Amino acid sequence: MKIIVCIKQVPDTNEVKINPATGTLIREGVPSIMNPDDKAGLEAALAIKDQTGAEVTVVSMGPAQADVMLREAMAMGADKAYLISDRAFGGADTLATSSTIAAAIKGMEYDLIITGRQAIDGDTAQVGPQIAEHLGIPNVSYAEDIRLEGNSLIVKRQYEDRYHMVKVQMPCLITALGEMNKPRYMTPGGIFDAFREKEVTVLTRADIEIEDQVIGLKGSPTKVAKSWPISVKPAGVKATGLDPQEAAEAIVEKLKEKFVF
Amino acid sequence: MNLEEYKGVFVFVQQVDASITGVSFELVGKAKELAKDLDTDVTAVLLGDGIKALVDELAVYGADRVIVVDDPALREYTTEPYTHAMTEVIKEFKPEVVLYGATSIGRDLAPRVSARVKTGLTADCTKLEVDEETKNLRMTRPAFGGNLMATILSPEHRPQMATVRPGVMQKAKKDPGAKAEVVEFKPVFEKNNKYVEILEVIKKESNKIDIQDAKILVSGGRGVGSKENFALLQDLAEAVGGTVSSSRASVDANWVEKDRQVGQTGKTVRPDVYFAIGISGAIQHLAGMQESDFIVAINKDESAPIFDVADYGVVGDLNKILPLLTDQIKAAKSAK
Repeated sequence: MKIIVCIKQVPDTNEVKINPATGTLIREGVPSIMNPDDKAGLEAALAIKDQTGAEVTVVSMGPAQADVMLREAMAMGADKAYLISDRAFGGADTLATSSTIAAAIKGMEYDLIITGRQAIDGDTAQVGPQIAEHLGIPNVSYAEDIRLEGNSLIVKRQYEDRYHMVKVQMPCLITALGEMNKPRYMTPGGIFDAFREKEVTVLTRADIEIEDQVIGLKGSPTKVAKSWPISVKPAGVKATGLDPQEAAEAIVEKLKEKFVF
Repeated sequence: MNLEEYKGVFVFVQQVDASITGVSFELVGKAKELAKDLDTDVTAVLLGDGIKALVDELAVYGADRVIVVDDPALREYTTEPYTHAMTEVIKEFKPEVVLYGATSIGRDLAPRVSARVKTGLTADCTKLEVDEETKNLRMTRPAFGGNLMATILSPEHRPQMATVRPGVMQKAKKDPGAKAEVVEFKPVFEKNNKYVEILEVIKKESNKIDIQDAKILVSGGRGVGSKENFALLQDLAEAVGGTVSSSRASVDANWVEKDRQVGQTGKTVRPDVYFAIGISGAIQHLAGMQESDFIVAINKDESAPIFDVADYGVVGDLNKILPLLTDQIKAAKSAK
């Protein structure tokens, strides 16, 4: 069995802070991490590998520094890694990104493709289902659990008010929820192999069979017209040195001013 | 692509067990405003099995026309037949705008449709407006973990598609007598490799509280310290007529259930009063609550970021302050 896991390197948005004076994002020193939902997807694939000896390939699209994350994935237990990286792919929206990744995957063998539900920098949840559409295979999103059954996969699919237990024929794609599992750590031997022995294969424009009109900025139907940091409203009162009784009284006064009661 | 051929604002109507999900009415309300600016009308697209009776509800909330696809293949939501139905509707009727709720159905269906019809899709919008000059749809959404807002256009592709967060748009005022034109549309459903089988439907326990509906939220974070201590918040909530909510830390610690979580991965709330109790104020949390009308913060840590957004903040021990506050609120209310 062959499993492809799509993973993305993202800035840890938990670590992003806003400069209160200027209202702008402070990006310096923000660490890059493997997107959490993708990491859960990788763990799900590695669990199947533990069980069946499946081959796990990780695929990422992004700049050269994503190499580190792909090696981290191999140190966790992935067998092979591909990095789709070329200026020609830059500026892609979700449709152009999914077209590019699907075209790269088309040249590979797979029974199952796993992506994270969404990435914490874009939060769109679009690329997984779109890859499945380009490849003409079924997808099941928001997977909270998966298990193999012959040539099918049984997926616990989460909705707001219910779950569906869904049986889907392979080849198929599922999008994994972060709460699906607790990803394993890299092993020391795995780290050694991943960073010394194994290779990350870089796929450039020339390696992928795809039309120019559907890639990069030009192949992106959506355009960012403008973006701006969310302005934090000016700080109100911060009372220090009140005893608890005074504090409670002060809050009650404020609530009365606001006609809460 | 001849953009002129595409007319009308369409809304994908989400129904589950023949009951329309609230966000769909909100989208019909928004579509009405957009249609006015575009000088066109609102079409609701209703997919399901045995759901024709729902048409009138959509008319009452402002749909001019309802396209109904009624087929056993659409009984429960699964990706392929719904994608097929929406795609066929788009091909046949050529809308200029299609809106979906950013629910776990909409966020699966809309991307798959966008890839099939090869058009753009903007996720989780919080604002939609028509550009006065170009008549393009301006779609605004938070990104980067709620740190940035971005306005997105799809200038050369039709339809312009967006998913919209529940609770953001307003339902239109009900017009009890309103009727909509009904169009029954029958695409052919043929099973293929993309069809899946639902083995079981497991409904979650429905002691549902929706923190998005609350006027007053009493929200607790890591600083509350324990599950037992949330009783202090519950007491305050009861006294002030509010609902208990929480930060992610309290959910991760299993002190509070997930559906009470405020923030980026939880819910966006904008109550009249928001009490942030022992919440430090991670950016994800702030993104989910900073539009509350009046924010009261209690925290031991004077440097907690929550104080940057609080209208009134108290540096102090919540264990001592909360019981006194609850008593005083009760006293003030009974004095009235």
